[in-house]
Amino acid sequence: MKLFEYEAKEILGRYGLGIPAGRVTMDPAEAETIAAGFGGPVVIKAQVQVSGRGKAGGIVFADSPQAAGDAAAKLVGSRIKDIPVEIVLIEEKLDLVDQLYASVTVDRQERKFVVLLSTSGGVDIEEVASATPDKILRHWVEPTTGFDVAAARNMVKEFGLSEGDTEGFAKVAATLYTVAMDFDAELVELNPLAKTSTGAFVAADARIIIDENAIFRHPEFEQRDMVRTEDTPREAVARRQGLAYVELDGNIGIVGNGAGLVMATMDLVNLYGGRAANFLDIGGGAKVDVIKNGLLLVMSKPEVKGVLVNILGGITRCDIVADGIIQGLEASWEKKPVAVRMMGTNEEEGARLLSEAGIGVYPDMETATEQLLKISGEVKS
Amino acid sequence: MNSIIDAGSRVVVQGITGNEGRFHAQSMLRYGTNVVAGVTPGKGGQEVEGVPVYGTVPQAVAERGANTSIIFVPARFAPDAVHEALDAGIKTVVIITEMVPQKDSIEFIAKAERTGAVIVGPNCPGVINPVDRVKVGIMPGHIFQAGNVAIASRSGTLTYEIAWHITSSGLGQSICVGIGGDAIVWLDFVKLLEMFRNDAETKGVVLIGEVGGKAEEMAAQYIADTRYPKPVVAYIAGRAAPPEKRMGHAGAIVMGNVGTARSKVDAYLAAGVPVAERPSEISQLLKDRLPVRA
Repeated sequence: MKLFEYEAKEILGRYGLGIPAGRVTMDPAEAETIAAGFGGPVVIKAQVQVSGRGKAGGIVFADSPQAAGDAAAKLVGSRIKDIPVEIVLIEEKLDLVDQLYASVTVDRQERKFVVLLSTSGGVDIEEVASATPDKILRHWVEPTTGFDVAAARNMVKEFGLSEGDTEGFAKVAATLYTVAMDFDAELVELNPLAKTSTGAFVAADARIIIDENAIFRHPEFEQRDMVRTEDTPREAVARRQGLAYVELDGNIGIVGNGAGLVMATMDLVNLYGGRAANFLDIGGGAKVDVIKNGLLLVMSKPEVKGVLVNILGGITRCDIVADGIIQGLEASWEKKPVAVRMMGTNEEEGARLLSEAGIGVYPDMETATEQLLKISGEVKS
Repeated sequence: MNSIIDAGSRVVVQGITGNEGRFHAQSMLRYGTNVVAGVTPGKGGQEVEGVPVYGTVPQAVAERGANTSIIFVPARFAPDAVHEALDAGIKTVVIITEMVPQKDSIEFIAKAERTGAVIVGPNCPGVINPVDRVKVGIMPGHIFQAGNVAIASRSGTLTYEIAWHITSSGLGQSICVGIGGDAIVWLDFVKLLEMFRNDAETKGVVLIGEVGGKAEEMAAQYIADTRYPKPVVAYIAGRAAPPEKRMGHAGAIVMGNVGTARSKVDAYLAAGVPVAERPSEISQLLKDRLPVRA
């Protein structure tokens, strides 16, 4: 779960990290008042959880309260990289002399948290890594040892900064690790981490991504977890229903059990000349309602011309899937064609139910895909 | 046999009194697995499917000689269950549970590395060894048959799909390992390739991957660097997956340029590993490369 910049900064501020004075609003008129209150140049930042926000026009500097209000009016309700802007953060413009980088993230290959520091911030860290690898330091944290200020100091020393800067940078790094642990974050990142003219380290930008599997330890995010600005309307519905649904830009709906099998089904549709409309994994041992609701959700995308259901029953029962499909089609306004591949537990009974309902059922995914593409008019045979 | 599970596996089912634990304990027993004990805290003294239940793993180890554990405990309690198994000296821990927090996985994996234990998963279908008829997992046993193909996979049902094709084509499996769909898993393709290299039963290897992370790229590198002596064929799910979206599995997400299907396919091809475009092509790719059978 990605937090907004302002939420990340609020958390980091609580841990004593320097953050710019700022306030959020959804109201451009209030943006002007906030800017007037700061009494100097400000920056207006669209609160969207997407990288490359600055280049896409989501960060605007303003010298007067009126300019701040104008900028906010333009941003609120606009879209940055196709994500709607609902909230803007108005901050005092920082008097920065240097831009650095600090993050704590999960390294999948090493199976450890890694602290990443760079004296070159404000740019894509991957680019820094390939262009000037000597400007990046990495430290993999042993879970039993942890990462404290002393460990951070040891790490930062390698940069050969002044004593004050070494201490300041080390404190920031150690704080990020503490926040990552306390909040079950898979990413805590400051890019840039600003050094101001007074020598203070301030989080100019901040990102925190919380591990979705750890939300149960952070009840304050439970409701928050349901609201994602990056969700399409149907993805938002799916999230509330607990369905693993991702929207794609095609027109052949996909329902299956197991993430790998569903992805393979999408790929097969594309390989056969169709275009997959979505990913939907009903999971293992799905009940009738899950299948029915999933099918209705997939069919509710206007572009969808037909739905391919691919079930490999182990703990999932094919007869229950068949029942869910039939109920879903009965409850649907528009009768979109459906082709079903099912194999495994109770497949004969499932196939019988579907055949009686006039729904095509096939023993392998290739045939089901070909048939569905044919009957939905996507591929001429 | 240099296997993760074999005829010597004495299995304890952690969470045996829950619905899933009970169901799969029965299924494993039917397949032929030596399920020697179950563990549910506070429920010692019961029996499930004729298997004695203990309150703790150390009891199951002391009384029944358990050396392998399979975990069906809900996510918020699963990490404690793994630590308990490792502390009790269990050498192979198969974690079926999904939605385990990454931080917890990182912690128990670090412990497993200190104790020299093998962790399979989390969020995996487990392991099946059709040669010795041992199943420590949730896969339907009847789609597998004894043979010479080792399968390693990040997926569940897609593995069954491909295993079924392999079986239908007349080939069989020496072992099939579901490594799990999480971003953080201990047992990965490279470790398995190392094990399969020395396994006399295994003549060919199938790697079933998907978008996200670098597991396939690392496997390709390993195969090229070590001039891997056995034929390896691969499948990658998620060519149609958009970036920055989690495709069901916690680990199936393309981040920036990392984890795309294209990168994985290219890495395999560069290492001489053919990549099937459809799951059903795997068995033919294998037949073209396996040594002629006697």
